[in-house]
Amino acid sequence: MSESVVKNGSVDAEKRTWLIASSAVGALGTAAVVVPFVASFQPSERAKAAGAAVEADISALKPGEKMTVEWRGKPVWIVRRTPEMLAALPKLDDQLVDPASTRKPEEQAPAYARNATRSIKPEYLVTIGICTHLGCSPSDKFQAGPQPSLPDDWQGGFLCPCHGSTFDLAGRVFKNKPAPDNLEVPPHMYLSDTKLLIGDDKKA
Amino acid sequence: MAEFHEISPNAPLSAKALNWVDNRFPLSKLFKEHMSEYYAPKNFNIWYIFGSLSLLVLVIQIVTGIFLVMHYKPDAALAFASVEYIMRDVPWGWLIRYMHSTGASAFFLMVYLHMFRGLLYGSYRKPRELVWLFGCGIFLALMAEAFMGYLLPWGQMSYWGAQVIVNLFSAIPFIGPDLALLIRGDFVVGDATLNRFFSFHVIAVPLVLLGLVVAHIIALHEVGSNNPDGVEIKADKDANGIPRDGIPFHPYYTVHDIFGVSVFLFVFSAIIFFAPEMGGYFLEYNNFIPANPYVTPAHIAPVWYFTPFYSMLRAVTTELMYVLMAVTVLGAGLAVAKVKMPTLFKGVIAIGAVVIVALMLLIEAKFWGVVAMGSGVVILFFLPWLDNSEVKSMRYRPTWHKYLYAVFVVDFLVLGYLGIQPPSDIANRVSQAGTLFYFGFFLLMPWWSRVGVFKPVPSRVVYKPH
Repeated sequence: MSESVVKNGSVDAEKRTWLIASSAVGALGTAAVVVPFVASFQPSERAKAAGAAVEADISALKPGEKMTVEWRGKPVWIVRRTPEMLAALPKLDDQLVDPASTRKPEEQAPAYARNATRSIKPEYLVTIGICTHLGCSPSDKFQAGPQPSLPDDWQGGFLCPCHGSTFDLAGRVFKNKPAPDNLEVPPHMYLSDTKLLIGDDKKA
Repeated sequence: MAEFHEISPNAPLSAKALNWVDNRFPLSKLFKEHMSEYYAPKNFNIWYIFGSLSLLVLVIQIVTGIFLVMHYKPDAALAFASVEYIMRDVPWGWLIRYMHSTGASAFFLMVYLHMFRGLLYGSYRKPRELVWLFGCGIFLALMAEAFMGYLLPWGQMSYWGAQVIVNLFSAIPFIGPDLALLIRGDFVVGDATLNRFFSFHVIAVPLVLLGLVVAHIIALHEVGSNNPDGVEIKADKDANGIPRDGIPFHPYYTVHDIFGVSVFLFVFSAIIFFAPEMGGYFLEYNNFIPANPYVTPAHIAPVWYFTPFYSMLRAVTTELMYVLMAVTVLGAGLAVAKVKMPTLFKGVIAIGAVVIVALMLLIEAKFWGVVAMGSGVVILFFLPWLDNSEVKSMRYRPTWHKYLYAVFVVDFLVLGYLGIQPPSDIANRVSQAGTLFYFGFFLLMPWWSRVGVFKPVPSRVVYKPH
């Protein structure tokens, strides 16, 4: 049997060509089979459909308070800031990574939230409560003054419990912390003075 | 292929049965090769028990895991309650679950000690590089297995731990966010993530793990075991071709290991019965609260066995990046100025250093934190080629090497301790120093491991009969 394949060490060039060609086609076919398996890791149609906009009633929110609503499985915070909280914001600019929201403007905040207070109405901050470092949800540290894990001149803001990133009350990240970016501002709009729509900013 | 072997018709039935099998499957041959005629050095000490114990814990994990899957529900709405159901309503379910959760910590403890043994006696050196590489592969698979298993109870720590680790992947430039999406199967950690982690935890990773364990043992039995003296026992054989310093694994080490197994099971049982949560170190308190995607617990930390690497992740901040850039420039500068090599190589090193520094400036510290954490594990794979010391065993290395290894162990423990603690400025400084030492220890090993006065290695193992 082996005699018909190799005669005195000579190579049957035609057989070898077909061997290479069929191996290549076989490898391609096998590789193609991987595609549906890897693709099955993607979010399902059901998961994609769960991203609809949500309404929030902010009439009961008192100054200095925060409420959380769910949008796309993420916590969206609505903070009603007091005049003192707003007054403290401009003083922090030199301690922040990106005070004017210029880094990655498109992903970070819609155009109407790229201002000094990162909001449509200065009083209300609307932001996704997920740290831009590794996705923990920062804790409220609204009380100003020295406290554990925070600097002595703390003006109020948020502290991420996972890796210690700090954010001010406009969701802007402080320098030299693991989080690279400010908290994300989701697309949102006011349906009335007390009704917010989160997840959509186009008028119907 | 073995010849067909006839046996006397007067042979006992058991011998006939064995002969029948041996003619069809190499049963006796395998037993001889791996047990009764596998010659292990006679001077093994206590450090040599941890390999067998790792194997024992692997078996415990597989058996208890099979029984847990019979009652567990991999569904975000049902998972937490099904674990509590196992704990409260399934007869003896609490015991099986605690064996599995304690087994995870025991597995890592045994594997860390087993790896340290390798470090002490140079068991990764030629010709045992592949034994070590398969072992590092097992360590990596074990980490994946533990991480995905920890999501399954669907408690607060499960949820937020997974959230943090999956988000690590999103720090990779360009492909990161899509990769994280592919791992989660949803925009946040959710039911899809739980279901696929369950699949990986119960079948995919265990298969890989078992394959690697088999490869690890086959490679070990091919080259033979190292020993505390680092002497090759195969270099000195008697007339029958049996190493003079070797004894058959069975019955000598099987009996020896049964003793070790008994001691281990005493301690293991004591933990299961009296401290299965180990004060929050084996099962974290926050994990007894169901997962809540809107509230991160005030303090989240991984389980103890991940914390040294977690500290490295946290240590990389923008400030440390400047130190790393300086180190890169210094290292490349020294290589170009001091090391003798062709000009071409020097050019490649110089350009490489410039590229790395540029990347360090361009890509945020978060990504480099992930790189540091990953490198902390991956660097172990390179150990066989980093160690240039004249002798294998710590016994015959210069005394100052022992102190350095002691500092390394303390460094690893300190990093582990800091990884459990909440972030603070002092802790961060210490973990930065610790991270630099950890990588310095390995990256400078090709140089420091040659320095000092080595002691003469005996030609045969040191052994005092009892």
